[in-house]
Amino acid sequence: MVIARTLALAAALAAFTAPARAQEHDTATPPMNKWSFAGPFGKYDRGQLQRGFKVYREVCQVCHGLKLVAFRTLAEPGGPGFTTAQAAAIAAEYQVPAEPDDQGEVKPRPARLADYFPPPFPNEQAARARYNAVPPDLSVIAKARGYERGFPRWVGDMFTQYQEQGVDYITALLQGYQDSPPAGVTLPPGNFYNKYFPGHGIAMPPPLTDQRVEYTDGAPMTVEQYAKDISAFLMWTAEPHLEARKRIGMQVVIFLIVLSGLLYFTKKKVWHEVKLHPEKLTPRPPTEYPRT
Amino acid sequence: MSGHLTYQPQNAFMQWMERRLPIAGLVYSSFVVYPTPRNLNYWWTFGGILSFMLGVQIITGVVLAMHYTANVDLAFNSVEQIMRDVNYGWLLRYLHANGASMFFLAAYIHMFRGMYYGSYKEPREVLWILGVILLLLMIMTGFMGYVLPWGQMSFWAATVITNLFSAIPLVGESIVTWLWGGFSVGNPTLKRFYSLHYLLPFVIAGVVVLHVWALHMVGQNNPTGIEPKTDRDTVAFTPYATIKDGFFMVVFCILFAWFVFYIPNFLGHPDNYIPANPAVTPTHIVPEWYYLPFYAILRAIPNKLLGVIALGASIVILAFLPWLDTSKVRSARYRPLYRQFFWTFVIVCIGLGWLGSKPPEGNYVLFARIFTVYYFAYFLVILPLLGKIEKTKPLPNSIAESVLLEGKPIGAPAPPPPLAKA
Repeated sequence: MVIARTLALAAALAAFTAPARAQEHDTATPPMNKWSFAGPFGKYDRGQLQRGFKVYREVCQVCHGLKLVAFRTLAEPGGPGFTTAQAAAIAAEYQVPAEPDDQGEVKPRPARLADYFPPPFPNEQAARARYNAVPPDLSVIAKARGYERGFPRWVGDMFTQYQEQGVDYITALLQGYQDSPPAGVTLPPGNFYNKYFPGHGIAMPPPLTDQRVEYTDGAPMTVEQYAKDISAFLMWTAEPHLEARKRIGMQVVIFLIVLSGLLYFTKKKVWHEVKLHPEKLTPRPPTEYPRT
Repeated sequence: MSGHLTYQPQNAFMQWMERRLPIAGLVYSSFVVYPTPRNLNYWWTFGGILSFMLGVQIITGVVLAMHYTANVDLAFNSVEQIMRDVNYGWLLRYLHANGASMFFLAAYIHMFRGMYYGSYKEPREVLWILGVILLLLMIMTGFMGYVLPWGQMSFWAATVITNLFSAIPLVGESIVTWLWGGFSVGNPTLKRFYSLHYLLPFVIAGVVVLHVWALHMVGQNNPTGIEPKTDRDTVAFTPYATIKDGFFMVVFCILFAWFVFYIPNFLGHPDNYIPANPAVTPTHIVPEWYYLPFYAILRAIPNKLLGVIALGASIVILAFLPWLDTSKVRSARYRPLYRQFFWTFVIVCIGLGWLGSKPPEGNYVLFARIFTVYYFAYFLVILPLLGKIEKTKPLPNSIAESVLLEGKPIGAPAPPPPLAKA
């Protein structure tokens, strides 16, 4: 095993020396938060999703769409827990293009439960003309963002079921703005300095300020709380069936563990004679073995 | 090594059938009375697991195909539609995506097992080569499947991999245009990948039939690497192998379920949840984990054409393994030196995988080169020489003897069996 050990040592050496160089222009690592939907029994906090939705409507919605999310899902199980009437009322506040009328004209009409959140811009060019950047759609953003966990943490993540890189990153990003970039850093015009954003120059201005969104359930009206709530809401838009997935997963895993236990003891029973009393095996039809 | 056809149906219909199409007899002789070495360990259950995974992939894949739309403007959203609005669509899609990873994991374990116990050696060369063909087909199928969600990684993986063919002198550019069906990766590319992704699994299933057929001609290898000589060395496939395979398949499913239900995106890349955008290149284009060792070999070589050749050679060289390994002894159990080189090879493959996920710069490239040299030296230098110089340990006389000698004394001493006249 001498060769194996030398090579393993060499690989370990490479692992230690290489990241040191990468650190120079590295972005800050987002802190890990406690999420109600993390882990094998995870469930969304309805209050948090509703607060997050309020933040989305009052802050993010101006620039960011949710085109994959239908209004009906606001009232579906495992979501923010609005009633169907509430979801319909929310939908009615949005305007979507109606079907062409008798004259072939397309007029706007209030959205219904079956409709999807309308986009904030008719097309990318319109967004770029207005903001000099295209604000990404937020439907799956919580799964489309993340950060490098690095060795050996990613190995542990398999066992701790850490799947919240995306939400942790978004929560950190929304709080990661700094008024003035550190000395020696120049940003492209119109960009803001954010210590968690790769490259640090982000086109989105700091969206949240304390007291900006009014909470009626007593939750603190701070940037930190807003950041967490909107992140949790975006986790739900990205993974609307998360609760069902984890619930069914527990049933499946328990079933498989019990089944494998039963099969293990069945296997032991079946193999008992092979191991201990080969002479008792039932005779088999004659077999031709190749001569070697 | 076939058991005699002793299937004698009692049922009148089965008797009628057996005289016309002896399919029940075939199943009986292949999966019931078929003699299997009595000393197989759990590494031998991965063949069954692989068949199971192929079944899972085909069933989930056929249902996903009912809902998927192969069009560059619709593909990404149709996958999200499956995740959101199709009943248990999220389950089907996560089963299929993680199923691919489990499929490759099982295949790699299956191959390393074959290498450790010398299962590729005479008379199992064709069996092994069929396995290498299966690996190649899996690699192609997996790659095309990864392109279908049409996320950023899908698009850029398709671009990078198809571009490899441009390294071929003279005709390279024409081949790439032909592969794309246009002058860049676009709608024709997506549609042909979808078509082939649906076709190839059935080709795999066909080659699996050949693989199993070849296996049943020559019989299974076993941890001792010596052939069974009498009935004392074997047990009937059913119930002994069936229950053992079944048990471990369920254990494997626990791992599978863990990924599907709790960490379904662990093995994926966040960038693939961003719709494909030809105008924006991701910072690091990384293939799925199961291609990383090959990717590392590709990037270890500074010349593009030579890199592509090395990538292809790293897979094709496996097919020559039966002739590159010159040792007469099959199992690493009796090959002390080979065992060291083998485990080093395993570490090198894992190391190449890790290096494949890193940017090609600095020490990463250096180590990728060292490991690539070992990868090829293992096949081209070490194995041919080792067979000539290695002093192997004495082999047991029979499988039964090797089992009886190991561990605790065994109940009643077995009566000396009358040597069957072959």
